[in-house]
Amino acid sequence: MTNRLISMIFLLLITSVSNSDTQEVNIYSYRQPFLIDPITEKFTEITGIKVNIIYAKSGIAEKLQREGKYSPADLVLTSDFNRLLEITEKGLTQAVNSEQLNQNIPAQYRDDKSHWYALTTRARVIYASKDRIDNTKQLTYESLASDEFKGKICVRSGKHPYNISLVAAMIAHHGEAETKEWLLKVKDNLARKPQGNDRGQVKAIKEGVCDISLGNSYYFGKMLMDEAQKPWADAVNIIFPNQQDRGAHINISGVAMTQYAPNRDNALALMNFLSSEKAQSLYASLNMEYPVNSKVAPSKMVQSWGEFKADDLPLTTVVNYQFDAYKLLDEVKFDL
Amino acid sequence: MNTSSPKRWALVSWAVSLCSVLPVFALLLQSFAPDTALFEHLWATVLTDYIITTIALVLLVLLFSTLFALPSAWLIAMCEFRWRKQFQWLLMLPLAMPAYVVAFIYTDLFDFSGPVQRFMRAVFQANTPVGDYWFFEIRNVYGAALMLALVLYPYLYLIARTAFLEQGAHLFQVSRTLGKSPWQSFRLISLPLCRPAIVVGLIFIGAEALGDFATVHYFAVNTLTTAVYDSWLGHGSLSAAAKISILMLIGVMGLLGIERWQRGRQRFYQKTSGQLSRFQLNTRQSVAAVVWCGILLMAGFLVPAIILVDYAIQYFSVAWQSQLWLVVVQSIWLALIAAVITTFFAIIFIYTARLSTKPSSAIPVRMSTMSYVLPSTVLAIAVLIPMTLFEVQINNWVEHLGYQAPGLFLSGTVFALIIAFVVRFQAVANGTIESSFLNISPSLDMAAKSLGKTDLQVLFSIHIPLISKGIFTAILLVFIECMKELPAALLLRPFNFDTLATYVYQFVSDEQLEQAAVAAILIVLAGLYPVIRLTKTGKINNE
Repeated sequence: MTNRLISMIFLLLITSVSNSDTQEVNIYSYRQPFLIDPITEKFTEITGIKVNIIYAKSGIAEKLQREGKYSPADLVLTSDFNRLLEITEKGLTQAVNSEQLNQNIPAQYRDDKSHWYALTTRARVIYASKDRIDNTKQLTYESLASDEFKGKICVRSGKHPYNISLVAAMIAHHGEAETKEWLLKVKDNLARKPQGNDRGQVKAIKEGVCDISLGNSYYFGKMLMDEAQKPWADAVNIIFPNQQDRGAHINISGVAMTQYAPNRDNALALMNFLSSEKAQSLYASLNMEYPVNSKVAPSKMVQSWGEFKADDLPLTTVVNYQFDAYKLLDEVKFDL
Repeated sequence: MNTSSPKRWALVSWAVSLCSVLPVFALLLQSFAPDTALFEHLWATVLTDYIITTIALVLLVLLFSTLFALPSAWLIAMCEFRWRKQFQWLLMLPLAMPAYVVAFIYTDLFDFSGPVQRFMRAVFQANTPVGDYWFFEIRNVYGAALMLALVLYPYLYLIARTAFLEQGAHLFQVSRTLGKSPWQSFRLISLPLCRPAIVVGLIFIGAEALGDFATVHYFAVNTLTTAVYDSWLGHGSLSAAAKISILMLIGVMGLLGIERWQRGRQRFYQKTSGQLSRFQLNTRQSVAAVVWCGILLMAGFLVPAIILVDYAIQYFSVAWQSQLWLVVVQSIWLALIAAVITTFFAIIFIYTARLSTKPSSAIPVRMSTMSYVLPSTVLAIAVLIPMTLFEVQINNWVEHLGYQAPGLFLSGTVFALIIAFVVRFQAVANGTIESSFLNISPSLDMAAKSLGKTDLQVLFSIHIPLISKGIFTAILLVFIECMKELPAALLLRPFNFDTLATYVYQFVSDEQLEQAAVAAILIVLAGLYPVIRLTKTGKINNE
């Protein structure tokens, strides 16, 4: 028994400690594995380089920081811009020189110092009930504060990174005082306390709890592809807000190479691959996101939602207001 | 030799305990960093609301758990009714359910857009949506407390049932013959006698409720853990997060201190009382007892279990992955190793405290119990701080000697997970082992010592056999907790390594439990055997 116990412990260790003989690349990921597995599997198939992933929802920056130069991580994948910039600003990343990356990714979607690269973009859209909301062309983020939507809006927690980013963008455009007014009015218009996730709000519209919600664009595609959720998506229109003025707020998912990446070459190969047409079209077709590589078109379904004008305020500007966004959300007690 | 032995025990105890409290120290250090501005902001805006909600949540969870656990424990221990023997272990089953799974299932079920309300609308043909009819709101502090109590009450039930059994019926009967009513006898005799046990149970439950984030977040309830996460992830201040965590810890320690002080030096050493004759309930009482236990079982276990099975069947093609077997084996081994180590440490701590009359000898136990109150993700970071510090030193040193650095041999491997589990659940083992030791009269130790046995011999020949059931219980409880543990497992696991909990979570975090239904069922199944065994080990010879 003791022997078996000991050998089992060793077995556990062997499976976990990386084997230095094989070609590999290690990722700390804020994105769920099932979103990226198909893409990294393709990479391994082509290059023979093994991809190891740890997914965590929080704490990756601290982990990297504490591990210092002995960290096994080569790349960090994030699902929003805030956390991508966080690791960059904490000095946990390194600059990457790659002609291929620079060609594949337009300048506004990468760091001028080459530390971070966006891989996909998504819009923060408004979902509006097909039956109960007309005149969708006029919808703007600002209009969510108008009296006509009293008791008709559903939204997830204001503190979720996607909403923080939107509020930060509002501050960037309108200043703090005006944004606070806006938040107060939106809160007043809520049909229920902020809860659930972006899909849950669409489901609530289907059930008649509310008429309007905020959500990321790709969820619309994800819901349409899921048998159980298709009726929810069918009950709403996807609206890109502010098309008459500055355009819809967008956010990115991205990648950065860690400061002490032990498998630098492999990591670079993976970064290049992620920006390549092959991987970008996988992102487009599997995750319903907008590829950053301009040679790759969005999926057929995403194209059917129509083209839209995106807010061209740089995300690096938006991110400066994220702490203010947090503060405002606390001040108006948005989630309470 | 005998004189120095307690000192040696103390030395080992202190060493182990200091190691396990290092994460808390690290947080304490972290919390000294200044961040007055953030604190002032929080204080001026949401902190008061959070504190009130937190206190309300913890009190409600304790209230609901007591309401669920004590009557059932009393019925099962002292009364005879139909299916009593089955309910005895059936009532433990909710313990095998991870709270985040139950939370998901119930919010889904009772939401406005959930099946229950949809059905009601269909029946009553309420076309105009919201506000047309009354239905309780599930996503509030009451819902969250109810849900937490549903999965946590078995702790109290287990402990209270054992305590009721151990005190036997004779004292109660004496009280009855002296003219007290059943309720008076219960209140005056039974309840005070098992107060220490009840308090231990309530402490577990309270600490779980206080440190919970996943479940309350689901219910859109903002507690102090929300403030911890906001300050850390939102405002980027780990030190403010540490500060709030430490304040929570101090609050709990304070309450514990008051309880201990108030209980004073009362000690009860119980001898198992001969034959226990249960009260035979009459038909009406029996029906009530069965209905009561049945409702608890339905709400805490059957309903979520049935829904999980339903998901698993509907989504079998995506929910079943062949790699799940490996995940199952990994999770079980990991939990088992952590459980054995934790229990081993608990025995050392408690025995050390027993060997000496000095109050300081109990410090190692208390110290190693502290981390239980911390929110689990914060604890994960806290574990990382001293661990990586140590590793980096070793690596530097090895490199300095001219060899290749070994890399992160702790934090990069399953050791990190084992250590985190041990640190987090030490309190569970400590509590169980401590209450087992308390039942052994010190006169036994003295008798053995007077026969020339060393402390170690006394431990092995007298105590371990006497507390073997307690040891088993501790191992099983920690095992179940480790199987369900999430935030620490998520952050500290090595590459490509999943426990059942992390596997389930990647889907739950996207509100797609359906796709992880099979894995969730496996967590429950892995917990079932220990849970059932728990009730069996709680039996005493008169069963």
